[in-house]
Amino acid sequence: MKWIKEKLNFNLLVGLASLTLAALLPLLLQRTSGGKYNMIVLTYAMIWAVAACSLNLILGFTGQACLAHGALVGIGAYSMAIMVERVGINYWLAFPLTCLLTAFIGFLIGLPSFRTRGPYFAIVTLCFNVIVYATFENWTWLSGGLAGQSFEVPPVLASRTTKYYFVLAFLALTVVVVRQIIKSIVGASFLSILSNESLSEAVGISAFRNKLLSFTVSCFLAGMAGALFATVSGRVDYSITSFLHSFNILVYTLIGGVATIAGPVIGAVGLYYLLDRIKGFGEFRYVGFGVLLILIIIFFPRGLMGGINQLRDWVKEKRSTKVAPQGEVGS
Amino acid sequence: MSVILEVDGVTKRFGGLVAVNKVDFAVEEGSILGLIGPNGAGKSTLFNLIGGTIKPDEGRIRLDGKDVTGWPAHRVAREGVGRTFQTTALFEELPVYLNLAIGYRMRTKTNLFDALLRTPRARREQKEITQRVIEVLTFVGLGEYFDRPAGSIPQEAQKRLAIGIALMGRPRLLLLDEPTGGVGPEETGRIIDLIRRVRELGITVCIIEHKMKMVMGLVDRLVVLNFGVKIADGPPQEVCSDPSVIEAYLGECIA
Repeated sequence: MKWIKEKLNFNLLVGLASLTLAALLPLLLQRTSGGKYNMIVLTYAMIWAVAACSLNLILGFTGQACLAHGALVGIGAYSMAIMVERVGINYWLAFPLTCLLTAFIGFLIGLPSFRTRGPYFAIVTLCFNVIVYATFENWTWLSGGLAGQSFEVPPVLASRTTKYYFVLAFLALTVVVVRQIIKSIVGASFLSILSNESLSEAVGISAFRNKLLSFTVSCFLAGMAGALFATVSGRVDYSITSFLHSFNILVYTLIGGVATIAGPVIGAVGLYYLLDRIKGFGEFRYVGFGVLLILIIIFFPRGLMGGINQLRDWVKEKRSTKVAPQGEVGS
Repeated sequence: MSVILEVDGVTKRFGGLVAVNKVDFAVEEGSILGLIGPNGAGKSTLFNLIGGTIKPDEGRIRLDGKDVTGWPAHRVAREGVGRTFQTTALFEELPVYLNLAIGYRMRTKTNLFDALLRTPRARREQKEITQRVIEVLTFVGLGEYFDRPAGSIPQEAQKRLAIGIALMGRPRLLLLDEPTGGVGPEETGRIIDLIRRVRELGITVCIIEHKMKMVMGLVDRLVVLNFGVKIADGPPQEVCSDPSVIEAYLGECIA
């Protein structure tokens, strides 16, 4: 299957090129005024990109709308800060533990809510987000209230540049993980549920088990985004668990391109950076957000990346109808 | 010849309606059984009961003597029951080869970690999947469409693909719900030919069909349902001269 190889190599090339560019960016930014600030913005943007990739796994590739990713990232961030500051666990041990804890929480949410089909999962996760926010808002002994929980990162990660590279490495890891899953037969099972749940059950795939697996992995990555957030910000307050973040992650994913591998990264980095540039407009930015979202959903249901893929398929089709003669149907 | 499928006094009610009423029949291994009856006779419901999509209120369903009554669809499929649906069900957005690959998922053991780390098992099974996809792709004759989205290929090719997906997991029993529905006469011939070749593989076939001429020449036995009740069961010629069948079909059955 030569064409698969060609396509893969092309995507791999684009991926490596973007990674190189992202790796070289700090060198460029250091020379510009405001470069340090932009580097911090980009670091946060990449954290949200990790969260968007994680949402994409369950929403885009498995077709289950999770509306709690803000809360999950928040749980990850708090878990990290509390484990390191209060429990006294080593940072490098707390990091994987945080991911596992968030994954376990996801597993517990999925256990009852994937028993049924339809919108129940979306409703359950939405409620979960509200509960988590209310809990962290009111239990100040846990969350530290508005002041939050401050958090000391290891000296290795103290500088802005190392934080940037640290987050970049985890973003690259996330993209690779999602890609490895999606290109495998495990990912194909996820896709089959997204595409036609009854048929996938009829070919022996347990929708329940696969949704649960997909969501657990998704939560693992969301916890990772949270751990990164705590690392970069050095302080976590309860506003991180707000539904606003869940909404933002959802919009990044939808605009970048749901069910594409690069889409959520492009959406999150692009939009987060853009939103920061037009910070002067305050809350009014989100009005533009809404309009943009509507336009994208109407014209590019699969977001920017989906639009690019559509274009590529269209060009390919144009070319193939010109060259390839009609083969005989059947054998 | 042994019995592969045994439907024993199966009843399904939807509210006050008895969709399937104490239906009994058995299917012999390697045979083709036709299931006919007017619209709303309960044919598709019966397939859903056998396939595990819905659970019967009464009665037992046995596969090779094993009681599978009330099992969920994915477990029944793993027992070796492949099926197609009346409204052709495909993974429409996905390419044809991936549609088929998904059909083989239940025969693979690759888990998340195998997939992430590309372990020897994952690679071995990936090869196995590719091989099986090529095999079935050739068998159902869809080679030229292999990378097209399943929803974009012609109607008749979609019907063959649906059968192909069901064949991927090497079923022992294949349930086909109107495999030629909405397909022209010439193309119907191609699907019938495919079904015959499926039988030659040793796979038992149960088929719901409206086109009487087609059924008559294809099946070994015919079961007729009317209002959820079995009204006839036997060799096709015999069943067709049965007065109650002629009545149910308003005489249409004289083929």
